[in-house]
Amino acid sequence: MSLLKVTNLTKSFGGVSAIRDLSFTIEAGTIHSIIGPNGAGKTTLFNLITGVYTPSSGSVRFDDREIGGVEPHKLAALGMNRTFQNLQIFHNMSAVENVMVGAHLHVQKGLAHSLLRLPSLVRSEVETRKHCWELMDFVGLGQYRDAEASAMSYGALKRLEIARALAAKPKLLLLDEPAAGLNDTETREVDEVIKRIAGQGVTVVLVEHDMKMVMGISDHILVLDYGAKLAEGTPAEIRSNPDVIAAYLGNVG
Amino acid sequence: MSAFLQRHRGLLILAACIVLLPLAVQNDYHYDVLINAGLNAIVVVGLNLLIGYAGQISLGHAAFFGLGAYASAILTTTYGWHSLAAMGAGMAGVGVLAYVVARPILRLKGHYLAMATLGIGIIISIVLNTEAHITGGPDGMSAAPFSVFGYTFQSEKSWYWLVGGCLLAAVWLSSNLIDSPIGRALRALHGAEVGARVVGIDTTHYKVLIFVISAIFASFAGSLFAHHTPTVTPSILGFIKSVEFVVMAVFGGMASVMGSVVGAVIMTLLPNLLASIEDYEPIILGAIMMGTMIFMPKGLVPTIAKMLRRKEAP
Ligand SMILES: Nc1ncnc2c1ncn2[C@@H]1O[C@H](COP(=O)(O)OP(=O)(O)OP(=O)(O)O)[C@@H](O)[C@H]1O
Ligand SMILES: [Mg+2]
Repeated sequence: MSLLKVTNLTKSFGGVSAIRDLSFTIEAGTIHSIIGPNGAGKTTLFNLITGVYTPSSGSVRFDDREIGGVEPHKLAALGMNRTFQNLQIFHNMSAVENVMVGAHLHVQKGLAHSLLRLPSLVRSEVETRKHCWELMDFVGLGQYRDAEASAMSYGALKRLEIARALAAKPKLLLLDEPAAGLNDTETREVDEVIKRIAGQGVTVVLVEHDMKMVMGISDHILVLDYGAKLAEGTPAEIRSNPDVIAAYLGNVG
Repeated sequence: MSAFLQRHRGLLILAACIVLLPLAVQNDYHYDVLINAGLNAIVVVGLNLLIGYAGQISLGHAAFFGLGAYASAILTTTYGWHSLAAMGAGMAGVGVLAYVVARPILRLKGHYLAMATLGIGIIISIVLNTEAHITGGPDGMSAAPFSVFGYTFQSEKSWYWLVGGCLLAAVWLSSNLIDSPIGRALRALHGAEVGARVVGIDTTHYKVLIFVISAIFASFAGSLFAHHTPTVTPSILGFIKSVEFVVMAVFGGMASVMGSVVGAVIMTLLPNLLASIEDYEPIILGAIMMGTMIFMPKGLVPTIAKMLRRKEAP
């Protein structure tokens, strides 16, 4: 059974269809990339899958459950999480607190416990902070343990979002251009991190313009163009697909 | 213990101020002003949780304050309830009212809460004015003396310590809340709402929760006020009062618990200090407000804290 199943999905904004009649499936335990030119609808697709947008029509099934229009926080509880192309960082908090927000689903958060700062809450807080520091180490942000989010670089914040998403312990992790704006070294680090995440059994959906990275780590690739499926297959199949070369890879060079 | 000291530096400074202030107090009038400042501070500490952390404005907090006051006045006199029971009933009633109002509204994006709370304030004010057989109408009514476990608070001095203790408790509870998963959820939804939702935070739930808590803080302070003041009249819950609470929070510093206390205290004392130049009072208050908004939009306490930190750094 596939972890995610998208069937005849459509999303229109006014008259414009950002996603048209799109169908595909994602198998558990794979790295699945979604590529396509700017404006192809990749981020819109993420927003539809994660509940930020409601589909105009069609169906999205996660873990064999219909989730079209379900609120994002409920999807997070079902095991879905993501990062953002344009960042959704809590700039009013420290770096580790950003990650701790990601752990929200799994921590002691009773009202009386919080107001009175009962010992069980203090214990949970200490453990959560420690775990979130480990996640920061895991994504290569060890030196930002005590940093404020507002003092971090764009590239570091991209990885902070990955750590935050991991803190929620997702089954399905959607990464929207995690390497955008990173230098070569940082890109290789993120590449490594994604492989290690997948190695832990998390299913990864990756939107990325860095073709070297996509071709290197993907099990499966979906190519979007104008909101519709242009091609689908293994990296080798995509590389040799004439439609893809004409529409997309050809442009990038 | 040292961890406690570290966490609650502001709380300790406040406690020291409360203990030392009586040395400078010369008469009951001074105590009276300080007691009112403390009660306002409790309201503003609660209101600031909503404004500074959930990014929502309430223009009805004077109404919640007033409801608490009237609950205590009516229940302890007409119905002969115990002071604490009346106070608890007021807080529960206000909590339910706040929930019923906020639940449908906070699902919507934008600042509809400001308008809804404005409406509630007006309605409550009209009801209290017209239902004179229960509330005394515009003439108001008095509450029974405040007594807990057989001790009745009579002297201004005893009220000072009571309100001081309650303020410390309010600050402690709020600081704890802000530094908990609930507080992080609130700060997160203020910082980046979509980001908060996708990591599993039911943002509507937390906005409603903090609105209800802040309304209960106001009701609590209102109950104390009712027992302390000679008469509770509808004037305590007018629209201007609600605006004053908001301005206290903004002036002292949004998202700053100590800022709320400082803002409330300064803005309660100011009209009394400026009494000699009474005619110009509104203008001077307005000028101070404008100055704050222009020169330190984060508010008094956060701005000063930032300056001090900069001085410490090399
Ligand atoms: N909220 C919205 N309202 C109106 N139009 C939208 C909205 N969101 C996306 N679109 C439109 O949908 C189309 C697809 O945009 P989307 O951001 O999904 O592309 P993308 O593939 O992620 O592009 P990029 O590679 O630049 O990130 C674009 O034409 C965009 O203008
Ligand atoms: Mg995009």
